[in-house]
Amino acid sequence: MIDRIDVSGILRTSVCDLYSNLVTRPTGAAVRIEIEHRLDEIGDRALAILDFSHVGLLDFSCADEIVAKLLLQYVSVDLPRREVYFLFYGMSESHMDAIGAVLERHGLALVTQRAGETPFLMGIIDGDQRQIWETMRDLGSADPVDVANAAGLAPERVERALDDLWRRRLLIRQDKAYVSLEVARSGAQQGRRLPASPRRCTHDEALPASWH
Amino acid sequence: MTKVIEVPPSLDDISFEQVFEALAALPPDEKILIDARRTRWASPYGLTALLTVAQTRLQRPALAIPELEDTASYWTRAQFFRYAEDLYEISGKVPRARGSDDLSVLLEVSPITKTEDVHQVVDRIQTKAQSMLTGTLHLEPSASMRFTMALSEICQNVIEHAGRGGWVAVHTYQFRKRLQGRRVVVIAVCDAGIGFRQSLESAHGPRATDRWDDGMALEESVMRGASRFRDPGRGEGLAGVRRFIHTWDGKLSVRSGTAQIAIVPEWADGEPLKEGMPFFPGAQVQITLPEKIVP
Repeated sequence: MIDRIDVSGILRTSVCDLYSNLVTRPTGAAVRIEIEHRLDEIGDRALAILDFSHVGLLDFSCADEIVAKLLLQYVSVDLPRREVYFLFYGMSESHMDAIGAVLERHGLALVTQRAGETPFLMGIIDGDQRQIWETMRDLGSADPVDVANAAGLAPERVERALDDLWRRRLLIRQDKAYVSLEVARSGAQQGRRLPASPRRCTHDEALPASWH
Repeated sequence: MTKVIEVPPSLDDISFEQVFEALAALPPDEKILIDARRTRWASPYGLTALLTVAQTRLQRPALAIPELEDTASYWTRAQFFRYAEDLYEISGKVPRARGSDDLSVLLEVSPITKTEDVHQVVDRIQTKAQSMLTGTLHLEPSASMRFTMALSEICQNVIEHAGRGGWVAVHTYQFRKRLQGRRVVVIAVCDAGIGFRQSLESAHGPRATDRWDDGMALEESVMRGASRFRDPGRGEGLAGVRRFIHTWDGKLSVRSGTAQIAIVPEWADGEPLKEGMPFFPGAQVQITLPEKIVP
């Protein structure tokens, strides 16, 4: 299941319809709680596109309350609430300033994308993970052997990095294959399904079947 | 008997120490008159700190307003009297507010007592200050967003840590003696709450060290991001403010109790840490951001 969540809309409906800026911890907490309610409604396995396009200012406190605390609940290696992936969409430079600082403080990472641009990673991420994630971004969907071939790295090293990226919810795992968040998003928009047997596939056809 | 405390002719964060010094020598229940008749100019720090002075007194203090009409009018336009009239017995005729906005007052004196106040401050500064910050001070649009973020974080510190409300004001003016006459924008946020040391002690108790005082509490909070909250995400607000100050060659000073800590750029005077100052409760924060030189 894929859900687009307009963060500015949530601010207006859950906190105050006069506000356009995400400032203060109580405001951030109220917005996060509303996002959690939305996530509760969209199933155990979901891709949530958090759209910041209409958010004015985002300060550090609010970034910590919304982004960091949301990620900490859903990307916990030990016991995540459920399998939820986040794509942070439409963030401005100043949003990224605030979010980058809180990601660094908590050792977190996320996938972000601006309109019309390719997605990229923000936050704390090691060299292997970044290289593999970028390879996956180019491939769209692939099994570990294909990723290892494309990246020119040893398969064990690649498998470890892919597993880490999945645990951090920066890639989707579907059976033995992996899918980039962007491919899942664009695939859902076009109503395509992931092929039954994992293989390298194009952006157009890749989408985990169970998400429709 | 009423004790008279004379306000310096030019009232800013440095000259306000004379007021703090006079106050520190007095018991809190002694009646005081703050005599600002000869004051000709006040920074946002001066105005907001004057309001906090009244909060610390057990007897309602008196305030003699500036005799110079221009000065008193400016204080009116800065909304100082709107709050001073609740806190002080005012002596002298308060000028009426005129219709037109004062372009040097980017944010009038505004109370900070609850979360909604921070939203209002941010909305107000975005409406009024953006063109000034980018047009007159030549800051990039991204810097003006970060300026507002810094303002938001400092205001939130009052709500989360002070234990009582405070005030914020933002003005812009021209330096005469420094910075070759460049303009600056100045944020002042002052409260008379529990201060940094007591805030940290409320969670962790006094530190087991030979030196646990206001100066060390400021170092821990302002420079190292310590907070009374155990949540690891806390402390990022002030860290962000520090980064902003460094990037834009600004000055940050935070006074609390008997100490003041500062990030002092080359163009400014001041010491990184001053201790043994006259005691005044709460926290008094000032950010000064200079006009960017356009090549």
